[in-house]
Amino acid sequence: MAASFLFSQFVGGLTTAMFLFLIASGLSLVFGVMRVINFAHGTFYMIGAYLAWQAMQWFAPSPSAFWPAVLLAALGVALLGAIVERLLLRYLYGREELYQLLFTYALVLILGDAAKFTWGTGQLSVFRPLVLDGSVQLFGTTVPLYNLFVMAIGPAIAVGGWLVLGRTGAGRMVRAASYDREMLDALGANVGVIYTGMFVVSSFLAGLSGALVTPIVSIVPGMDVEIIVQAFIVVVIGGLGSFWGTFWGSVIYGQVLSFGILIFPGFSLFSVFALMAVILILRPWGLLGRPIR
Amino acid sequence: MTRQGSALAGRIPWTLLVFLVAIWVPWLGARYDTFLGTQIAIEALFAVSLNLLLGTTGLVSFGHVAYFGVGAYACGILMKTYHLPFIVAFPAAGIAAAAFALVFGFFCVRLTKIYFAMLTLAFSQIVWAICFKWNGVTGGDQGLPEVPYPNLDWITAIPGLGNLGISDRFYLLTLALVALSLAALRKVVRSPFGRMLTTIRDNPERAAFIGINVRAYELAAFVVAGAFAGLAGALFGIFNRGVFADYVFWSKSAEVMIMTILGGMNYFWGPPVGAFALVWLNQEITSYTQYWPFVLGSILLVLLFAFPGGIVGGVVAGFRRARRFMNPRHA
Repeated sequence: MAASFLFSQFVGGLTTAMFLFLIASGLSLVFGVMRVINFAHGTFYMIGAYLAWQAMQWFAPSPSAFWPAVLLAALGVALLGAIVERLLLRYLYGREELYQLLFTYALVLILGDAAKFTWGTGQLSVFRPLVLDGSVQLFGTTVPLYNLFVMAIGPAIAVGGWLVLGRTGAGRMVRAASYDREMLDALGANVGVIYTGMFVVSSFLAGLSGALVTPIVSIVPGMDVEIIVQAFIVVVIGGLGSFWGTFWGSVIYGQVLSFGILIFPGFSLFSVFALMAVILILRPWGLLGRPIR
Repeated sequence: MTRQGSALAGRIPWTLLVFLVAIWVPWLGARYDTFLGTQIAIEALFAVSLNLLLGTTGLVSFGHVAYFGVGAYACGILMKTYHLPFIVAFPAAGIAAAAFALVFGFFCVRLTKIYFAMLTLAFSQIVWAICFKWNGVTGGDQGLPEVPYPNLDWITAIPGLGNLGISDRFYLLTLALVALSLAALRKVVRSPFGRMLTTIRDNPERAAFIGINVRAYELAAFVVAGAFAGLAGALFGIFNRGVFADYVFWSKSAEVMIMTILGGMNYFWGPPVGAFALVWLNQEITSYTQYWPFVLGSILLVLLFAFPGGIVGGVVAGFRRARRFMNPRHA
């Protein structure tokens, strides 16, 4: 097999990986700190995509409106996340995980239909921003500039998140909350604010990834339940709650999907699910996660 | 309800009673009621099988639809591709689902809580991916259309049943099979084995201390639940005139879970009540609006925040309150 062909598979896998990382990072944060598996994270992502489209319509349907639209979409989804957490989710923290799972599933149903009601069932698409509307040749493979941008933004968020979590006071609080909520509470920290903050940041990331995906993927109802399963796999492979784990989980997922197609054509989906099952069997807490009680 | 009251309620053979009432639907109801009745019966069996894990054993399985799907495909493939009679294909579907549940469950019961839920979800998506892609056997994304009805001419030979249509005959068959399955599941829940499962739900550490092999019990429950889900799936494939990969998608697992909780997972009859309520509501609401998921999500929200005990839990609590109000000495 030609080296350039393998390289193009690698680049394709990496693009998938970095998109997934954008989505999965928020999912992983919320699980790590709050122990809530948020099925609605995919729906937040879809709403981010729709909001970006909507903002483009408001500003002017031109490529220059892309960046403000992305920001507006991410902020809009963050606001939605804040409302959901403050009004509903926080009353379920003390309950069994089953109720939290079903609560986030109720959000999937309600918000998914609300999006269908607002934006219809057709396909929508968004222009690529002018600055990134070209492509470059790398080792004999054509790579769109936009994909390169996504490949850069993934690691940027990973490093940023790692610095904030590891080096700032707020990050220390968050880590403490993920270790022992009650102890932190007893020490006088406002755990409720930390939880709300994490949920808002996670929603912001979901909205951001949804908005950033619009130039590549067309916006359709149902894109939420499709993406959420993939994001779960990534988070589970890397380790529920581990930020770097999610990063490497995405990279592995992207490469397995991309090269799995070569080995079992048609069964690459199967190969990633099988990978997830094997990892859960051998290391239930994932590659870089830690066992929790 | 007082102690005597609940003992009395426990002694009534509910399964037989419901069966004897529901059997009249083909004569009293419209054609459409028979259709709804068949669906309710099948979903009820599916939900009760899930509740063996959810309510009785306290295992949150988010992939129960996998075994439903395996049963549906097994029965569909045997009947359509190999032209085997229903009487062979139906038990085979249960056995196939149990075999899958045994293999997957072996790994799943090693995990607890949220990890258990995630691994069951992962396995059900593996099943979905296989069903969706394996064109040669499962029909891939085209599915297996036109699964034949079982040969039910013998029913018409029974005096008084001669003029029933095929869907009515299939309804009666479904009803009988579901009633038998529910009776069997009821026996399982009430047996010493079932009591052990409840002990494990309430306190797995203590159960382990008194010498119960917790994993083995959980695995056994998982296999039994899987087998009955497979039987429900087999009936559903025939009822729906085909088996499609959609049946195995993860959101179906959430739907059956909603049914179980809507009815009340702390009661044996909760899931069937939930199945009845949800199928009927779906019917009523989809005739007004296409936004059924929105309604379902809203119902779920109300349920989670206001009625965590579900319909049956709410009714029982209401009865208790009424009893206390009428007869304060019993309070």
